[in-house]
Amino acid sequence: MAEKDISRRIFIKRLGTGVAGSGLALSQLSAAVSAGKDDDAGEKAPKDQVLLQLTVNGKAVRLHIPASLTLAELLRDRLNLSGTKVVCNHGECGACTVLLDGKAVYSCHILALDAAGKEVLTVEGLLKGEELHPLQEAFVKEDGLQCGFCTPGQIMSAYALLKQKPHPTPDDIREGMAGNLCRCGAYPKIAQSVLAAAKSNARAER
Amino acid sequence: MADKKVIKSRYFFEEDFEEQLAEVPAEKVAAWDKKAKLKIVGKGVDRYDAYDKVSGTARYTFDIQLPHMAYAKTLRCPYAHACIKSIDVSQAEKMPGVLAVLTADNAPKIKWYRGTSYLFDRHLRYAGDEVACVAAKSERIAAQALKKIKVEYEVLPFVADAGKAMQPDAPKLYENGNIAGGKPSVYERGNADEGFNRADVVVEETFDTQVVVHNPTEPHCSVVNWDGDKLTVWDSTQSVFGVRNALADSLDIPANHVRVIKKYMGGGFGSKLAAGKYTIMAALLARTIGRPVKISMDREEMNLAVGNRPDSVQKLKFGAKKDGTLLAMSHYSYGAAGAYPSGAGCSWPLRSIYKCPNVRTEEYTVFINAGPGRPFRAPGHVQGTFALEAMIDTMAEKTGMDPLDFRLKNYSEIDPVSGQPYTTKRLREAYEAGAKAIGWENRNKKPGSDSGVIKRGLGMASQIWWGGGGPPTYANLKMNRDGSVEVLCGTQDIGTGTYTILAQVAAEVLELPMDKVSVILGDTAVTPYAHGSGGSVTAPSTTPAVRHAAELMKEKLIGYAAAQMNLPPERIAYRSGELVDRDNPAQKMSVSALMRKVREQVLVTTGMREANPEGYAVNTFGAQFAEVEVHTDTGKIVVKRIVAAHDIGRTLNRKLLENQFEGGIMQGIGFALMEERVIDRNTGKVLTTNLENYKMTLLPDMPEIEVIIVSDADPLLNNTGVKGIGEPAHIPTAAAIANAVYNATGVRFKSLPLTPDKVLQGLYGGVKQG
Repeated sequence: MAEKDISRRIFIKRLGTGVAGSGLALSQLSAAVSAGKDDDAGEKAPKDQVLLQLTVNGKAVRLHIPASLTLAELLRDRLNLSGTKVVCNHGECGACTVLLDGKAVYSCHILALDAAGKEVLTVEGLLKGEELHPLQEAFVKEDGLQCGFCTPGQIMSAYALLKQKPHPTPDDIREGMAGNLCRCGAYPKIAQSVLAAAKSNARAER
Repeated sequence: MADKKVIKSRYFFEEDFEEQLAEVPAEKVAAWDKKAKLKIVGKGVDRYDAYDKVSGTARYTFDIQLPHMAYAKTLRCPYAHACIKSIDVSQAEKMPGVLAVLTADNAPKIKWYRGTSYLFDRHLRYAGDEVACVAAKSERIAAQALKKIKVEYEVLPFVADAGKAMQPDAPKLYENGNIAGGKPSVYERGNADEGFNRADVVVEETFDTQVVVHNPTEPHCSVVNWDGDKLTVWDSTQSVFGVRNALADSLDIPANHVRVIKKYMGGGFGSKLAAGKYTIMAALLARTIGRPVKISMDREEMNLAVGNRPDSVQKLKFGAKKDGTLLAMSHYSYGAAGAYPSGAGCSWPLRSIYKCPNVRTEEYTVFINAGPGRPFRAPGHVQGTFALEAMIDTMAEKTGMDPLDFRLKNYSEIDPVSGQPYTTKRLREAYEAGAKAIGWENRNKKPGSDSGVIKRGLGMASQIWWGGGGPPTYANLKMNRDGSVEVLCGTQDIGTGTYTILAQVAAEVLELPMDKVSVILGDTAVTPYAHGSGGSVTAPSTTPAVRHAAELMKEKLIGYAAAQMNLPPERIAYRSGELVDRDNPAQKMSVSALMRKVREQVLVTTGMREANPEGYAVNTFGAQFAEVEVHTDTGKIVVKRIVAAHDIGRTLNRKLLENQFEGGIMQGIGFALMEERVIDRNTGKVLTTNLENYKMTLLPDMPEIEVIIVSDADPLLNNTGVKGIGEPAHIPTAAAIANAVYNATGVRFKSLPLTPDKVLQGLYGGVKQG
């Protein structure tokens, strides 16, 4: 944790600002930085590429990317984290949901550069070694899936929801999970999975 | 048990009866008794592949990346109907990163769409038809290269409506006209006209249903890789053997040079039952450039070019006696196949569900300039059941009967089409259980009588489908020296739980814990043949084959134990994973102890789906009951509750079964209320090409659902007593909702989907009064 904080602080300092503004502003800034002179290692960004530094599932990541790369493309194609799925590629279905600084976002609809200096959490990041997170375990027990393709997005939305509302009502779940399409129609079992995970949270707290 | 014979097998698969030679066991494995106390089968065990799916480690075709892989994108025709005059790819080819471009100019002439067209045809019949395919270093470069291809089109007149396409002066898609086969498909029993003449009550109505699109979450996609003249293909497909044969035929290479693999897939619903052009195009490009190629449809292509459920216009005429006895039914329908052959008939439910001596159906499948249809979860039955069950309710009202009583009055104990008895039919029980659960007595006795702005109503609909499966389907079972087993079967788990149910059956027979069983599916190089995953045949075809293989393994182990223990095989019994001397139960050995004597050997058996019983009709039945609220101020319909009561043979896994039923119902709600592919009449272009405009059901749209299984098992059908559920779950939902809306409002809506505008139009003629 400490290491992450340091790298983030250093990164922001390098931007020459203490305030991370809007996503757009940040991406412009980081593009400006990496297109500029050089960085610590003395590397120059290849032509038409910019340097990106962020934290993914607790690990610092540093690489050169084309500015047009989406966060979903970064995760899937460059970091090989293919748990994050792309279904509509237009921010309409929720399959690509990941957490960005603790908030659920559609990663197909965000530039990778907009995640500069931030922390990304994907479905793979919930695992402890080979051990499932209790939320993932709830999806197994309650069978909150069929084909499984939308499942990582469902789980990440649920994770964000439970972070915000550790004790959600069924209506909170219906509302909180409304942005995630499941064409197989596992919805009732998805809702049960989230509820079961919340209950086991509550038990753990007691 | 190990003896076998070859038969001519006949079973129903999606749109038609299939006939196939098949090897079957000469002697059937005795079916599990209806009351058999099974330890693992029937239990709600966790999904076999759940870990991979919730952890994000499941690799779908869409996720596969190979070293040095190139990406392909397809250029599609922008016009509803056109001919290519010329194509210039020179600018595209010059782009850095572009590796190859395929068009009608340089691609081999490969027949497609049942010989009506080619892989690349100069005659383009819909906005979305394939014009060129580019391979490049990245998907983005490939997409940019498409824009550099210059195509000169001769734009032709088009027709995007089935009714118009049937007119003699309509633009023609084919020389022989727009009606598939040149004539309707006609079915007749008795004499419908005579029946109408004798009837006391005759009703005639016209219904229509919309085109809907499968939209599975994982796009249609393939990854292809050549090693010399050997081709490996990862494909998001419901039929690995179908894709392999299409590749071998199209590329004119031996079938044993093609390996097709499908491990996980993000849904199909019928749209991935046949090989797609994209797979062949990727294979051609990969051979040209000497690199693996990945091709994935984007969401727009998913909504244009990879299948849909044809629409329907249905004219129904029913005649009945005063006492509610159905005397005659006629059904005239037409529906759009799209631009290439597929079936648009929808009269099967009407022909087959009620006792009625005089029936006539006449169905036209019509070509229009739109994306081709493909089977979609119970082809024909969903649209057919909507119209049929509305008519049945109308007849009940006209004869002064309760809708359920009317259905029971016309209940058929035998299959009215073949005259054969059913292996089982528990529709009566489904009616009773469903009515009780929904509180049928609380419906509005007079439709529309519910007062207030929000009107509540109850409705129901019946379901019939095949779903019995049949041979050929095979499964291999391997036992390793530690007593662990592997099940291998050429079927595919498309999200339904096939991995899980096959593991359950093997574990049940061999009395093993589930974690001792692994399952390998969907790989033409290692798994024995099974059907495509459609028609609700997977469970009833594969589970008996796996059970047979496991029973053979038990027999084999007894033989090995007999040799080891120096006893005749008859003396050995297999009990709870142990081989026991019947005469001296103290003398026994565990499977793992026996397998150590077998050393590195792997024991292998092959199980087969047995023949279907002769002289019987095999069907699934059910009834769904819906409670709805109609908001008469906004026109919005809210489905509050669905009760699904079904006869589907034996329940293999209650948890997975419920899930699949809920999914079928969810898609039924989409069909009833919101899903619709919209084509612009002026340009022939699809307007609903993304998930914003193509509306699908989300969590907040879900009602409370209760699933009731009224069947115990169907031991006459197969050794596990199992029938399919995928399509039965979906068939009656929309019809039940529509009938509930009638009960709520007293207005009969005859056009799906029941969108707020149609509801307001029906209630107030478009504008709310007062």
